[in-house]
Amino acid sequence: MSIVEFKNVVKRFGDNVVLDGIDLSIEKGEVVVIVGPSGSGKSTLLRCINVLETIQDGDIVVNGLSVRGKGSQVRELRREAGMVFQQFNLFPQLTALENVMFGPVHTRGLARSKAREEALALLDKVGLASRVDHYPGQLSGGQQQRVAIARALAIKPILMLFDEPTSALDPELRHEVLKVMQDVAQSGMTMVVVTHEMEFARKVGTRLIFIDGGKIAEDGNPNELLSNPPSQRLKDFLQHVA
Amino acid sequence: MTSFDWSVIWAAMPSLMEGTKLTIQITLLGLIGGTIIGFLTGVITTYVRVQVTGRSVLAAVATLVVLYLLARLSSWVGASLPDSLPGWVWPLIQLLIVIAVLWRLARFIPIALSFLSQVYILVIRGTPIVVQVMFIYFAVPLIFGWRIEAVPAAIFTLVINSGAYIAEIVRGALQSVPKGLKEAGEAMGLPFWKILAYIIGPVALRRMIPAMGNQCIISLKDSSLFIVIGVAELTRQGQEIIASNFRSVEIWGAVAVIYLILTGFIALTLKFVEHRTQIV
Repeated sequence: MSIVEFKNVVKRFGDNVVLDGIDLSIEKGEVVVIVGPSGSGKSTLLRCINVLETIQDGDIVVNGLSVRGKGSQVRELRREAGMVFQQFNLFPQLTALENVMFGPVHTRGLARSKAREEALALLDKVGLASRVDHYPGQLSGGQQQRVAIARALAIKPILMLFDEPTSALDPELRHEVLKVMQDVAQSGMTMVVVTHEMEFARKVGTRLIFIDGGKIAEDGNPNELLSNPPSQRLKDFLQHVA
Repeated sequence: MTSFDWSVIWAAMPSLMEGTKLTIQITLLGLIGGTIIGFLTGVITTYVRVQVTGRSVLAAVATLVVLYLLARLSSWVGASLPDSLPGWVWPLIQLLIVIAVLWRLARFIPIALSFLSQVYILVIRGTPIVVQVMFIYFAVPLIFGWRIEAVPAAIFTLVINSGAYIAEIVRGALQSVPKGLKEAGEAMGLPFWKILAYIIGPVALRRMIPAMGNQCIISLKDSSLFIVIGVAELTRQGQEIIASNFRSVEIWGAVAVIYLILTGFIALTLKFVEHRTQIV
């Protein structure tokens, strides 16, 4: 059974159709990279998976839980999907360690001592063992995003969602975040990544989806699609990004 | 011109201190109550959005009329029931009806509360505090037949007055917290109350501090207006002393300095709190 299943999903903002009948299924262990021009609906598609956006028609099922379920079911679904945001969205009043401990303590009811142990291990994994007591405001963008990845992993999701994780970063800070994302992928995590990093798509992605005008225009192997774009639209798009 | 006479101030000190004590009591209790009301109404008006428009006001008035007619009907039914029925039966049935109606309309309760909160803020911010306190002290007893003492009336006025302003302070602070923090909490699968209590709340509380300092100082000074209902607070005490000794310069000067000390203390305290809770 697939981890995420889109069934004829329609998302509208007012009269504006952002997702126009999306069918998509994502299997365990896939690293799906979603690209597309701005306004094509790629971020919206990602945010529909964990119900940060509600859909108007169709259904999305995440690990057997529907996004159209009631409140408690939606919260359960969200705990299966860790989310990393473009703007990091770390809790500014908490240290890096407290940020990572927050989810396990408040959503899974884990004891603080146990959560602390796990959080320290995660922060070590993302290379921030020396920054655990720093506040987000004292960290660089790249460091903040790595804390955010650790925070998302801390709730032990079966799926990780990345919404343009490097777009708010200076070029020299991007590689440290991409490196951590590559490590996460290599650990076998199922990932859906909205990004403009074609290098990441080629090296780490197992599947590339090109979205245009609210529809899936291409879906296939990243290397093949990027080396030999089968359509003019993808060719044009890649020329603009590169 | 008469010369400034310090001994007048020393002689007036005991009465002025009595007044200061009452001013502090009224302000403190008023602000505590106002903070509770302000937080409740502020949270509701932030997260349950209802527009106060001509149509919604009309719907609210219609609802009130229907409720009034229902109450009349129910008391008529109660009065025309046979005497053999025990006295507690009809009140119990009424209670059950009320619970059943609330149960059916549970979805609308937050909307109704948000609407009422907005009307409350509109009315309180839109009328002078002097009019409010005189209405509560002089008019309410005439309407409802309750007697209300001056000091409780003063405290109550300050509660509802500061509550309306604090509601807007709370709303402003909550709305200023970046939406991304709420989304980060939602994405973790937290229920809304936890997002509010552990994520948005702590950030918003810090942002409220300057405006709350303002409100504390304003409410303290506004308590001087309760002179109109004869509450023996600081300003009233000063006025009474002057009525017997005519030493305006000394007494109003002393009253002003006491207010300045009190407001200065509030300002310093909040500066300290702001400094201690700053986010790096």
